[in-house]
Amino acid sequence: MSYKEIANTLRNAPDENGHFGIFGGQYVAETLMPLIIEVCDAWRASKNDPSFWSELEYYRQHYIGRPSPLYLASRLTEYFNGAKLYFKRDELNHTGAHKINNVMGQALVARRMGKTKIIAETGAGQHGVATATACALFNLECEVFMGAEDVKRQKPNVDRMRLLGAKIHPVTSGSSTLKDAMNEALRYWVSKAETHFYIIGTVAGPHPYPEMVRDFQCVIGEETKEQIMAAEGRLPDTLVACIGGGSNAIGLFHPFLDDEVKIIGVEAAGYGVETGLHAASLTGGRPGILHGNRTYLLQNEDGQITEAHSISAGLDYPGIGPEHSWLFENGRVKYVCATDEEALEAFALCSRLEGIIPALEPAHALAYIATIIKTLPKDHIIIMNMCGRGDKDLEAVLPLLEKMGKL
Amino acid sequence: MIKYTSDRLNILFKKLRSKKASALGIFITAGDPDFDTSLKIMEGLPEEGADMIEFGMPFSDPMADGPAIQASSKRALEAGGSLKKTLDMVRLFRVKNNFTPIILMGYYNPIYNFGVQKFLTEVIEAGADGLIVVDLPPEEDEELCIPAKECNLPFVRLTAPTTSNERLTTVLQNATGFIYYVSITGITGTKDVPIELVTHAVKNLKEQSKLPIAVGFGIKTREHVEQVTRIADAAIVGSEVVNAIANSLDANGKAKPETIQTTLSLVRDLAAGVRGK
Repeated sequence: MSYKEIANTLRNAPDENGHFGIFGGQYVAETLMPLIIEVCDAWRASKNDPSFWSELEYYRQHYIGRPSPLYLASRLTEYFNGAKLYFKRDELNHTGAHKINNVMGQALVARRMGKTKIIAETGAGQHGVATATACALFNLECEVFMGAEDVKRQKPNVDRMRLLGAKIHPVTSGSSTLKDAMNEALRYWVSKAETHFYIIGTVAGPHPYPEMVRDFQCVIGEETKEQIMAAEGRLPDTLVACIGGGSNAIGLFHPFLDDEVKIIGVEAAGYGVETGLHAASLTGGRPGILHGNRTYLLQNEDGQITEAHSISAGLDYPGIGPEHSWLFENGRVKYVCATDEEALEAFALCSRLEGIIPALEPAHALAYIATIIKTLPKDHIIIMNMCGRGDKDLEAVLPLLEKMGKL
Repeated sequence: MIKYTSDRLNILFKKLRSKKASALGIFITAGDPDFDTSLKIMEGLPEEGADMIEFGMPFSDPMADGPAIQASSKRALEAGGSLKKTLDMVRLFRVKNNFTPIILMGYYNPIYNFGVQKFLTEVIEAGADGLIVVDLPPEEDEELCIPAKECNLPFVRLTAPTTSNERLTTVLQNATGFIYYVSITGITGTKDVPIELVTHAVKNLKEQSKLPIAVGFGIKTREHVEQVTRIADAAIVGSEVVNAIANSLDANGKAKPETIQTTLSLVRDLAAGVRGK
């Protein structure tokens, strides 16, 4: 079944209960439901209020630094000698990644609800830093839940968050990583319902989060559409973005879902999907329920959630946003993966040829592009979302690049 | 389709109501700290005064549970616990005990993964008497609540201090078995039960529903049990019990010979607080 046979548009999901086909939904404890319903109502009201969007637009322009450029990566294009490669430069946003697009939106919703305190979960720390930033700006108290393992691995971001005034809660339950940080943030939220708003960092969680986060990230794709029309006079042939939870990817993809554009999401294959040590929920997982929604998950035969592995802490999550699971099953988006090693090579290549140090996350997208671009015609246009900058990754990456002889 | 007919919950509450007595529910996680020890604890519970058993199906990501039950779930999984083994334990328990109600409590993913119809069939065949699936609110009733209802298997609802009366109507719509009132805003085992608020909430629930009311989360001592069973049909104790298991283990987290007895003597002590006993 082709996606065209499914519906006239793929842009009106989810339904009012948050379902993207069989995916999404609101699978949370009753203790959490009153909070979720409150967020649903506030989001619906904000979404339909033009003054909400004009306020957000002000911060997008003057604080985040939008629109981000669409840049023709000419040296990589020359190097690959195939299709033409553009980068959507979301790494140039304030705080160095796409995460701030979502955080500013949710912080404004929280303010409208009269909430004075913010909770967030973070893996690599990018979402935590973005949240701490918005909280400093809006004078909101900020508490960030982060796996104890990640607190150790991502010290620079922990320091940034502290400097910005956030309180860090190291999480030692479960496997002490991102999924456990999210469990703990949800637990904490239940006990602080009246004062706290939970800013989820990706297009996962119970409805309305997957929809709300997507709508805040869609600015990426909307700008891209205008920019490519101005630069080339036509839509691109292919879009590529990396996927952990999938917020940068859905932000780029969603405005193009009804267009004649090929769309590819790149998951993290870690040491290789066949080794079992990966974070490729679609390629190597199956549907299940976690963190409030039905989606593809890494799990064992008993339905216990297993740990993800990726060199990129931002992709190191055993699930994926429910909309991606839906776009995977209906075939609209093609999902592939790239290994740690392939991402490292792309990381080095991009730094050397473009003077852009990519985050390890978009390095996965570039790694996949490297495998297809050479055989594509010269007039084929690929746009990749450069969703974050790589400074945060140097400590982890440099020793490995040295070992690979890339330094 | 197989139907649930045992009716152990109704029989229990009817009997207790006629005696103006209340019930003690004890939570343990299936397979904590290992299959054999867990089964022996389970088998010993009724004799020590547990009127019903809330039997935890271990899960890797217990979102609504506090540190004690999280740790208990982790121990069970590390010792090889699974949904299949949980059902095996229910079967073995029923060989010797055919009257104590068993309510399976857990999260939806292992059930969904097992297959809903297969799960319901095996639950009924094994001899369990109801389900509490924490992450299935009324919004997702089509998943398991309605299929369970079609088999006449009780599906117990949670309500919380934050549940408004408007919301309560939705929550109680498909509720069966009993109502589980979560006494605190938060996760299991963290704070003490606030008796005044609970009294008020239980009174309100009784106006809205004819189902028995059980109170849980934050009941830690015999005094708590005394206070709660004076106002509600049942008090459920979980974290304290699994803490007793945790505290009895050796340095490697393995059961010691006294693990079973120390856990059961805590239950005996709690049971002494139950109204009408």
